[in-house]
Amino acid sequence: MKPHGSIRRRLFFQLAGVAAILSLVFILVVRGVAERAAEGTQDDILTASATAIADSLRSEGGGVTLDLPYSALSMLGTINQDRVFYHVSVAGQTLTGYSDLPLPTAVPLVGARQLETLTYRGEEVRAVSVSRRVGPAINAATAVITVAQTRLGLEAISRQITLTATGVGLAFLLLATALSLWAANSALAPISRMTGSMTRRGPGDLRPVRAQTPEELVPLVEALNSFMGRLRASLSRTEDFITEAAHRVRTPLATVRAKAEITHRKLNKPEHKQAIREMIRAIDESSRSAGQMLDHAMVTFRADSLARDVLDLRALVNETCDRLDPTAELKDIAVDRHLPDQPVTIQGDGILLQAAMQNILDNAIKYSPAESDITVRLTGGDTIRLSITDQGRGFGGADPASVTKRYTRGSNVGDVVGSGLGLTIADEVARVHGGRLEISENTDGGGACVSLVF
Amino acid sequence: MRIIGFLIAVLMAGAAHGFEVEDHRHYPAQDEQTVLRVISTADLGVFEPVLLAFQTAHPDISIDYTVTGTSDLMAAIYDEGASFDVAISSAMDLQTKLANDGYAVRYEPTAIDLPEWANWRDQLFAFTQEPAVLVVSDAFFALDETPRNRDELIALLRESPQRFDGKIGTYDVRRSGFGYLMATQDSRNSEAFWRLMEVMGRLNARLYCCSSDMIRDVAEGRLALAYNVLGSYAAAQAADTPGFQIVEMSDFTNVMSRTALIPATVQNEQGAQAMIDFLLAYNQRPDLIDATGLPAIDSALFQSNTALRPIRFGPGLLVFLDQLKRASFLKNWESSLEQR
Repeated sequence: MKPHGSIRRRLFFQLAGVAAILSLVFILVVRGVAERAAEGTQDDILTASATAIADSLRSEGGGVTLDLPYSALSMLGTINQDRVFYHVSVAGQTLTGYSDLPLPTAVPLVGARQLETLTYRGEEVRAVSVSRRVGPAINAATAVITVAQTRLGLEAISRQITLTATGVGLAFLLLATALSLWAANSALAPISRMTGSMTRRGPGDLRPVRAQTPEELVPLVEALNSFMGRLRASLSRTEDFITEAAHRVRTPLATVRAKAEITHRKLNKPEHKQAIREMIRAIDESSRSAGQMLDHAMVTFRADSLARDVLDLRALVNETCDRLDPTAELKDIAVDRHLPDQPVTIQGDGILLQAAMQNILDNAIKYSPAESDITVRLTGGDTIRLSITDQGRGFGGADPASVTKRYTRGSNVGDVVGSGLGLTIADEVARVHGGRLEISENTDGGGACVSLVF
Repeated sequence: MRIIGFLIAVLMAGAAHGFEVEDHRHYPAQDEQTVLRVISTADLGVFEPVLLAFQTAHPDISIDYTVTGTSDLMAAIYDEGASFDVAISSAMDLQTKLANDGYAVRYEPTAIDLPEWANWRDQLFAFTQEPAVLVVSDAFFALDETPRNRDELIALLRESPQRFDGKIGTYDVRRSGFGYLMATQDSRNSEAFWRLMEVMGRLNARLYCCSSDMIRDVAEGRLALAYNVLGSYAAAQAADTPGFQIVEMSDFTNVMSRTALIPATVQNEQGAQAMIDFLLAYNQRPDLIDATGLPAIDSALFQSNTALRPIRFGPGLLVFLDQLKRASFLKNWESSLEQR
């Protein structure tokens, strides 16, 4: 059966997909938070620096002057090697620092800080501005202090964090993928368990499934059990029908044949006798055909649930030969049995094996000329071989494979009535027992050699 | 001929630039492919072995070497936009400002065996470590009299003002970037600095532009002592000029590094990078260290001698370059030293 999709695959991909999304979210969140934190750290140091500068502003001789504290700038060099710029203006006039450093867009309130990211001297800088009132109270001026720093250190930290977060995210993804695989397998374990218990069952085992079943599979198992119940009923009906049909067809034919023989004896006119003989012959063929068709149906049916009885093939051979001896004697054919002294045991279905043997031997008798010999030879050992050799017309060079096809007969048997089912039955029986049917020409004295090999 | 050519070169350089050229020399390559124009504060007498060794390693590069003062070097690049391929200076603060303000290009050196602090932003590379020392004249000091720290020096100067009047030399920090760096670092490190300046001012200290002049005057007995002299120059001169001692102050001794950077106006960038690589490998060339007398970077030294205070790169060095800060520092310095 060609599978349509796979639950395991779908489960795995869905779990792994969820893990991938979570990993991505993790990476983005960690990076975002860490970058925010690093940015916050830089902003805080810049603010501390600007505040330290603001605190050093003092008025002197009517003007404002600044004694730039050493720590105000040196603290900016403690965590990275970024470039530092600063600018101090009082009442809009540059007091000191980099006069071309852009002033904040809005003067920050005293006690508040103004954060900006701008491009200065070809690099992106983070600028923090604070303001302070300086000078005598009457005409105090507003001083704006801006301290700016490039963000290479920040970028390095951000790169480092991104790398770490990505590493952790990927490791998580790998782990989650492995776990998804495991989860998908373990979720499907009950199905595998049930599949195992179903395949381990014998061919005729149609008992309902009683294995421990997870909730989700209960409806399926119930449906399966009910289906098997119906199948069991249907099979037993078929079996009954076959047995019934065998009786119903064979018995009346036998009756008709007996009546015809009696009639044949009573009749005197040769042309009447001839007609009755032809009738008997037709009845024989019908009976034989019906028998073979039933045999074939039986083989098909029994092969589905092959019995494994231990049998001695010698007994089967003897029984079969005994049964067909009278038919052979009618044509003065001698059936020689060559059987080993030791039992030849085989595991299988006696009825089927007998049907196979009977069909082969029946064929041999049918196609053998009168007063000829048929040899039945059984050899044991590793391979069991049962050969039936006749001195008939053989297969006329026909393909051995084609004569085992249903309703196919050899090319040289037009004058003999037959159904074309005999060798098919033998072949199927051999195959269900793990063996084969071998067809060859009889090496001495023409005729055919048909062997069952197990 | 050579002297005339040299004079012409000096005159032309002087005419072309606003900054003062102290010395200039062209080192033609055997097989000239490119010219590397170096502006430096290192005297030719000191730095020539490095240049010649560089040319041995790179025989296709001619070197055009211009010597100037630290402040002039800053002015040349910062204000005048003069074009050079490498700038080497002993004023770490000015070099830091050049790098901070975007006048240096980045270069990731191939392989360096230097401590992390020797490289700032891949723009500023330190390759020497030179202490600022006190140079005392043998003619004035008996061995056991030599002051070992600033307090002893102050006490000594206060004790006998007549003896030292006009016999003390130090940098004119208004003219010398290196002197300004050392003075400002001193002022950060100790209050004794201002007391010392006070005392020096009272003794009519003489002011110099350069270490070599001070060392010469000490050696010749014109000065009793010179304060904040570049130790490497003093050591180099002590080898062939007797008459003075070198004292590393035991309370603290500032240690500066000579630094190289590639100016943004660079034209021969490849040559400049080769020069940076060469300078960064300076600590693996004992022959050059011997020849120049410039000590190479050696972090272990700071552990064995705790009085040494290395000056570190960083935005802190920008503080004393602030216009107001500089003005107020110079005002204090002048009022201490020029009491006439």
